[in-house]
Amino acid sequence: ARTQVRTDPSETSCPGSPPSPPTVVSNLPYEDQRPRNQPNRRYAGNAVKTNKYTLWSFLPINLCEQFRRLANIYFVGIAALNFIPEVNAFQPQVALIPICVILTLTAIKDAWEDFRRYQSDRDACLSHPRSQHGFVERRWKDIQVGDFVQVLANDIIPADILLLHASDPNGVCHMETANLDGETNLKQRRVKSPFDPLSFNATVICEKPNNNLNHFKGFLEKDQIKIGFGIESLLLRGCTVRNTAAASGIVVYAGHDTKSMLNNNRPRYKRSRVESKMNKEVLCCVFLLFCMCLIGAVGHVIWLKTFSSVPIYFIPDSDGNETPSVVAGVYRFLTMIILLQVIIPISLYLSIELVKMGQVFFITQDIDLYDKEKDMRMQCRALNITEDLGQIQYVFSDKTGTLTENKMVFRRCTIMGTEYPHTENGESGKWVGQLWSHQDTTVGRDNILPCLPLRCGMHITVYHGATHLEFFLALAICNTVVVSTETAQRQRVRDPVQSTLYDIPTSSSSVVSEDEVQGTPCKGHTRRRQTWTASSLAGPKEVHYEAQSPDEAALVHAAKAYGFTLLERTPSHVSVRLPSGTTLTYEVLDVLTFDSVRSRMSIIVRHPHTKEIILYTKGADSGIMERLSQMKSESRVIANKTQKHLDMYANDGLRTLCFTRKVQEFNYYDWLVLRQGAMAAIDRKDELVRKTAADMETNLTLLGATGIEDRLQENVPETIQALREAGIQVCVLTGDKLETAVNIAYSCKLLDHKLVGKPVCKPVCVSQEVCKNMLSGTLAQLPLYDTQEAKVSVGLVIDGRTLGLLLDSDLQEGFVQLCTHCRAILCCRTTPLQKSRVVTLLRSKLGVMTLAIGDGANDVNMIQAADVGVGISGQEGMQAVMASDFAISRFKHLKKLLLVHGHWCYNRLANMIIYFFYKNVAYVNLLFWYQFFCGFSGTAMIDYWFMIFFNLFFTSAPPIMFGIMDREVSAAVLLQLPELYRRGQHEGGYRRSTFWIAIADAFYQSLVCFFVPYWTYKGSDIDIFTLGTPMNTASLFTIIFHLAIEIKSWTVVHWVIMVGSVVVYFVVTLAFCAMCVSCNPPSDPYWTMQEQMSDPMFYLVCILTTVVALLPRYTLHALRGTLVPSDHLRARQIDNMPPHHRDLWLQEWKKLKDLCASYPSLSSSTAQRYSTAQSPSLTLVQDPSPALAQSPSLTPVQDPSPSLVQSLNPKLAPNQGLNSAAL
Amino acid sequence: MMASSYNIKEEDGHHSGSSGPGGNAVRTKKPDNTAFKQQRLPAWQPIITAGTVLPAFFIIGLIFIPIGIGLYVTSNNIKEFEIDYTGIDISSPCFNCSQSYSWNTTTSCTCSIPFSLDQPFESNVFMYYGLSNFYQNHRRYVKSRDDSQLNGNLDSLKAPSKECEPYRINENMPIAPCGAIANSMFNDTLDLFYIDPNGTRTPIPLMKTGIAWWTDKHVKFRNPGGSSSNLTAVFYGTTKPLSWPKPVYELDTDPENNGFVNEDLIVWMRTAALPTFRKLYRIIQKKNSLTPTLPRGNYTLDIVYNYPVRSFDGRKRMILSTISWMGGKNPFLGIAYISVGSVCFFLGVVLLFIHHKYGNRNNSSDIPN
Repeated sequence: ARTQVRTDPSETSCPGSPPSPPTVVSNLPYEDQRPRNQPNRRYAGNAVKTNKYTLWSFLPINLCEQFRRLANIYFVGIAALNFIPEVNAFQPQVALIPICVILTLTAIKDAWEDFRRYQSDRDACLSHPRSQHGFVERRWKDIQVGDFVQVLANDIIPADILLLHASDPNGVCHMETANLDGETNLKQRRVKSPFDPLSFNATVICEKPNNNLNHFKGFLEKDQIKIGFGIESLLLRGCTVRNTAAASGIVVYAGHDTKSMLNNNRPRYKRSRVESKMNKEVLCCVFLLFCMCLIGAVGHVIWLKTFSSVPIYFIPDSDGNETPSVVAGVYRFLTMIILLQVIIPISLYLSIELVKMGQVFFITQDIDLYDKEKDMRMQCRALNITEDLGQIQYVFSDKTGTLTENKMVFRRCTIMGTEYPHTENGESGKWVGQLWSHQDTTVGRDNILPCLPLRCGMHITVYHGATHLEFFLALAICNTVVVSTETAQRQRVRDPVQSTLYDIPTSSSSVVSEDEVQGTPCKGHTRRRQTWTASSLAGPKEVHYEAQSPDEAALVHAAKAYGFTLLERTPSHVSVRLPSGTTLTYEVLDVLTFDSVRSRMSIIVRHPHTKEIILYTKGADSGIMERLSQMKSESRVIANKTQKHLDMYANDGLRTLCFTRKVQEFNYYDWLVLRQGAMAAIDRKDELVRKTAADMETNLTLLGATGIEDRLQENVPETIQALREAGIQVCVLTGDKLETAVNIAYSCKLLDHKLVGKPVCKPVCVSQEVCKNMLSGTLAQLPLYDTQEAKVSVGLVIDGRTLGLLLDSDLQEGFVQLCTHCRAILCCRTTPLQKSRVVTLLRSKLGVMTLAIGDGANDVNMIQAADVGVGISGQEGMQAVMASDFAISRFKHLKKLLLVHGHWCYNRLANMIIYFFYKNVAYVNLLFWYQFFCGFSGTAMIDYWFMIFFNLFFTSAPPIMFGIMDREVSAAVLLQLPELYRRGQHEGGYRRSTFWIAIADAFYQSLVCFFVPYWTYKGSDIDIFTLGTPMNTASLFTIIFHLAIEIKSWTVVHWVIMVGSVVVYFVVTLAFCAMCVSCNPPSDPYWTMQEQMSDPMFYLVCILTTVVALLPRYTLHALRGTLVPSDHLRARQIDNMPPHHRDLWLQEWKKLKDLCASYPSLSSSTAQRYSTAQSPSLTLVQDPSPALAQSPSLTPVQDPSPSLVQSLNPKLAPNQGLNSAAL
Repeated sequence: MMASSYNIKEEDGHHSGSSGPGGNAVRTKKPDNTAFKQQRLPAWQPIITAGTVLPAFFIIGLIFIPIGIGLYVTSNNIKEFEIDYTGIDISSPCFNCSQSYSWNTTTSCTCSIPFSLDQPFESNVFMYYGLSNFYQNHRRYVKSRDDSQLNGNLDSLKAPSKECEPYRINENMPIAPCGAIANSMFNDTLDLFYIDPNGTRTPIPLMKTGIAWWTDKHVKFRNPGGSSSNLTAVFYGTTKPLSWPKPVYELDTDPENNGFVNEDLIVWMRTAALPTFRKLYRIIQKKNSLTPTLPRGNYTLDIVYNYPVRSFDGRKRMILSTISWMGGKNPFLGIAYISVGSVCFFLGVVLLFIHHKYGNRNNSSDIPN
C-alpha cells in the first residue's frame, strides 16, 4: 500500500489543545514546528500495535497478565510458602517447578498469538516509499491526524480520512470494505465540500472515536459556516479505493482511534456454563483441601500430645527448643496445604484451553460444514465455548438470509390496485411491448423477455400508463444501488490476486452482477441485454449493480427487465433509460436513508423536464400506509386493493415493499434548512435526522407494491425438525410481516399441523390492559391443551407491537410462561432491539442456554445477547459474523454443529473435567492417608519429582486426548437420533452428583492404592520411597485404567497415548532412579524403582491394587449397561452393528418414537373443541391457510398458492404460461 | 483466531504463497478429507454391559485364586520368630537396662534373654531388629541428612548441608555423619548363642555384611577420599554425632565396612516407611545342606542395651526369619488375592444371572423379528 502525504512548509504557529469533541486542523501550517507545538499532537498516531508485548516487555507484562488469574496467585503463594523452613513440605526450589511450567506454557501460547498479531501489524505498517506529484511517500505509521493524504486507486486507506477531494468530477469515491466487514459491494463516498489542501483553513469537528462502522458525525467549520457530514464522507482505514483514480482528504482518526481498529476486537471471552460450574467445583475442592489440612493439623497436635517426653526423632529448633504443639499444628496446616495443593488441579485450566483448541480444530476441519460455493469453512471465533453448543435449549433464528437464501427474486407487483405476476420464464414481452409499442420494437420481438402477462394491456396503458411509468421509475431510482460500468469492473480486476479474491466472494455478497443472474428476476436477462446492446444506437455500457441489500438489487433488475435501466448514480444525479430509449437524468436533492425505525427510505429528485421536486418513498406497508394522503376516495380504494394484494403476497411468503410518490410543491427549501441543521448536529443527530425525514414523508401517493420471493435454504425443514427432536425450542424472530413469516414458518416446518392451536396475539392489542387480559386469557387456556398429553403443544405467533408490550416488566412473567408452553414461537415485525430483549428475557428468566443465529446487521444485538451467537455469512455482509461466536454458511450446518460437534464437545469436556478432578483427588489422597502413619508431619512417600512428573507427563496427555478425541456415538447415529442431544441440555454429562461420585470414587481408589501396599509391607523393613513406588505405580495404573473404562472409542491415537503414558512412566522413573544419587538432597529415591521391579511382590501388589480399585466402577458400569441402559448406550450398540443391521435398528427406533409422538394427534379432535372457545381478541386457528397447509411438499415461494393465482388470472398460472399467448 | 483480526495481507497483493489462509485460487479452504481430521479413524468401541464383562470377571477370578493360594502357602512356609526385649515388664531381664533414658551412658548395660525355637530354621536366617512407635518417617527427621556428605563429598564433609541442623556442627566441628537420622542410629548389640542340650553356649556366626542394598553400599555411600584406608585421617576435623559413643571411622574394624560404608549405618539411614518397622541386622548363613541353620532347641539372645525407647513408648524386638521369593512372612497378600478372586468369581456369577435375565431384553424387544 502506498500513501502520499503532502508536505508544504509554512511558518505560522498557533498551537491549541484539542477540546473535548475532537477538533482537527490542517497540519500543513505547523510542518516545521517541534512535535510539542503541533496542534494535533494529542491524537493517536497512525502506528498500530495490536500486539501486546515487545521483545523486552514480554516477560513482565505477560507475568502481570497471568497473575490476574487467581489460580496462579494461589499456586505461587503455595510455592512461596515452601520457602518458610518450618512449613515447607518439599524442596523450595523444586516446588516452584510446576507453577513455572504452567506459567511458561501459557506464556509460550500468549507469545505465539502475539507474534501472529505482530506479523499482521508489520504487514500493515510497512510500505514502500515512492514519490509522486506534490505528495510525498510516507510510511503508514508516520501519518498523523491533520495530515492530508492522497490515496490512489486500489490502495488501502491508511487511516480514517475525511474525503475532501476526489478525482471523479462528481466528487465520488468508491471503496470496498471487504477488509472491514467482508462486504464486497462498492460503497460510495462523496465529497461534501471540495477543498484544496493547500488553502484548507477550516476546522474539522467530529465525534469521539467509536467503533460504529456505519455511523459518523461531524462538521467542518469555516468562517462561521458549518457543513455537516456523516459516514458518507469518511474513508475508512483498511478499505480499498476502487474505481477512483485518486482521493484525498484530511486524516481525522489515526491508528488505534480508527473505526477499523476499534472494531478489531480480540476473540471474545465468554465463560461457558460448564466452566462456571467447574469453578464451583474448584471451590468444593478448596473446601475439601481445607478439611484435610484441618484434620492434618489437629491430628498432628493430638499426636504430639501422646508423647510424655521428647523422643529421639524429634528435631528441636535451632535454638534447641521444641515448638509448642499448637504452633506446630498451625505449621502443619500450612505444610498440608503445600503437600495437598494438587487437589486443586493446577493444570486444569491449561488443559481445558488445550482441549478447546483441539475441539475447535476438529470443528473447523469438518468437511460437512464446508461450503463449497463460498469456499468457506466453519469459523470458530470464540474459542472457549465449544461445549455450550452441546447444551442449547433455545434457538433464536432470524428468517431472512438465515432460513431463506436471501437471494431475492422479483415475483409479483401491484400497480394502482392491479395485480401482475412476474413469471420466471415469461412468455413474451407483449405487455411492455403493448405499453410502449411505439418504442423499440426489438424489445417486443424478444421472446425471452420476462413479462407481466396482462389481460388487457392496452386498456391499462391508456389509463395508467403514466402511473406505471412512475412505478417503474420509483423501482429504478428509489434505492441506493451503485452502478459500476464494465470499465470500472475491469479496473477492479486488474490485479491478478485481486481477481481471484474477487471471484470467490462474489457469489456470497450482495453484488448482483449480470453474470450471476440465476436467482434474479429474469432468466433471460443476459441474453436480452446482449441483444439490446447490439441493437441500441446509444451503445449503453455494460451495467453492473452493486446493492447493499438483495431486495434493492432485485428491484433494480426488475425495473431493468421492464426497460427502466438505471444507468448511473452519483450523489447529485441519477440517470434512467426509459424503454423508449430516452435517458432521463434526475437531479438528486437528498436521500433519506433507510432506518429500521421508519422502515422506509426516500429519495428527493428534481424532474429534468418539469423541474418538479418529487419524493419517491419505498418501505414496508406498516411504514407507508399510515402516511398516505387520504384526500381522494379513489386513492383510498387503491390503497385498500393494494393492501389486499399485499396480504396475499404475505400469505404466499413474499416480501413486500410499497412504493409511493409525492410531488413537493413548496416549502421544500424550508425543510432543507431544518435538514441541514439536523445533519450538522452532534447531539441527538439520529433523532433529528429521523424527524426531518418523517416530516418530509407525509401525504404520499401510493403507486404500488412489489412482492419479492426469498427461497428457503436447502434442508431447513429437516434441520428444524432435527433440532426439535433434540429438544431444542426453535424461535423465529423476524422483521417481516406476520403473514409472510407464518407462511415461511409453515414451509420450514416450524409450525405444523400437529400443533393444536396457534394463539395469535393480534396487533389489535394496543394498550397494555388489553394485552394483559389477553395474556391471562391465553395462559388460562393453555392447561386445556396440556391435559391432552404433555407433548401436545401450541405455536405462538406474535407481532412486534404486542411483543413490545409483553416485554414490559409486569407482563414478562406471563410471556415467559406462555413461551415455555409453546412448541414454536414466531415473532414478526420485530426490531433488532426487541430480538435481543426476547433472547435476554428468556435466557435470564428461564435460565436456559440460548443460541441466536442470524446473518444481518439487525441480528447483531440478538447474537450478542445469546449465550452462543452464530453468524451466517450470507448476502448481507459480515456484521453478524463479526459479532458471532461461530460462523457458518448455511442454516443446515447448524444441525451437525449442534447435534454432533456440540454433543461431542460437551461430553468430552465434561468427562475430561470430571476425570481431572478425580485424578488429582485420587493421587493426592495417597499422601493424605500416609499422614496417618507419619504423625501428620507432612512427609511424602513419593519423591516430589515423581509427583511433578506424574501430573505433567504421565497423566496429562490421556485426559487431553480424551477431551479432544473421545467419541461416544458416531456422527451418523447422532444425526439420525437427535434426541441423544437432550442429555447435554439437562447437563447429563456434568452434574454435581457426577462430580461427587467421581470424588467418592477417588477416595475409594486412593484408599485401595494406599492400603493394599500398606498391609503388604506393614512391619517389614521397607523404606519410605520403596513403599511409595508401588503406591505410585498402582495409582498410575488405576488412573490410566479408570480412563480406559471411560473412553468410549479407541482409535490408534488413544492406544498410542495410553500405552505411551505407561511406557513413559517406567522409562522416566527408571532413568531418574538410576541417575539421581543425591541430586535432590533430602529425598533419595535412588534405585528404588529398580529394586522394586526386581521383586515379584511389586507386580502382585500393583495388579491386585489396580483390580480392587477399579472393581466397583467396572461392575457398576456393567450393571448400569445391562439393567438401566441409557439411550446413548443403545445408540452405541447400534453404532457397532454392521451397516445393514444398523439401518434396520434406526428405523425401528424412529418408528417407536413416532408412535409415541403421534399418540396426541389421535386426540387432536378434542383439541379442536377447545380451540373454538376463544376470547375474541385472540385467534386460535386450527389451520390458517388450509390450501397451503394440506399440500405437504409445498413451498410457497415456488408455487404461488392456487387461490391467489385463481383470483388473479386462472389461466396464467405459472406452469400454464404458454396459454397466455393464445389469449 | 485469524478471522477476528482483519488481515490486510490477504487483500494487499503481497501474497506470500502458503502463508495466506485463503484467497489463493489454487488452494481452497476445503478441509482435508482424511479420517483423522474428519474424526473417522477406525475405532474399537467397547460397550460395558454384563454380557461383555463376564469373561473378564471369570478370568480374574480364575487367575487370582491360584495366585492367592500360592502366596498364602508360601507365606505360611516362612518361619519367623520374634522376641521383644524392651524390658517394660519388671520380670524381664532387660528391665533394669530399659530404665535409662540417657544416650550418653558410657557404661553399657547388658542383658540376655533365653528363648527356644520349636522348629528348625532351614535356609539362611535373617536377623532383624524391630522398633515400634519410632517415627523414622517424620518429615523433618527424614530430611535431616546430607546425602552428599555420605557420598564422600569432601566439601560436604567439612560443611554439611543446612538440613542437618541442629545436628550439623558440634563445638565448631562438622558432624560426620550429620543430621538427626545418623545421630539416632540404633546402637544395641545383639548376639545369639545356641544352648546345647548339654548346656554349652555356642555363638552363632552372624554376617555383618550383605545386609544393605548393593547400590547403597557401592554407589550411594562412599567414604571421603575414595579408597583411602586411613579413615582416621580422612575424618580428621570432624566430630562424631552427639549420641554416638565412638566416631564413624571406628564403627567396624573391617575397612570395607567402616566409615560411611558401614552397613549398619547404611541400613539405618534408609529411613523406614512406617512407625513400626524392622531392619536387617545380621544374616545367619546356612552352613551345609545337612544341618538346619538354626536347629530346634534353646538359645540365648545377649543384648548390649544402649538404645533408649521409653521416651516415645517404643518397643524393641529381635526377629529371626527365613526368606522366600516373596520376602518375609505376610499372609495378607495371599488372603487378599483369594478373596478378590472369589469376589470376582461371585460377581461373574451374578452378572451371568443378570445377563440372562435382563441382557437379552435390550437386544430383542426393539426388533420384533
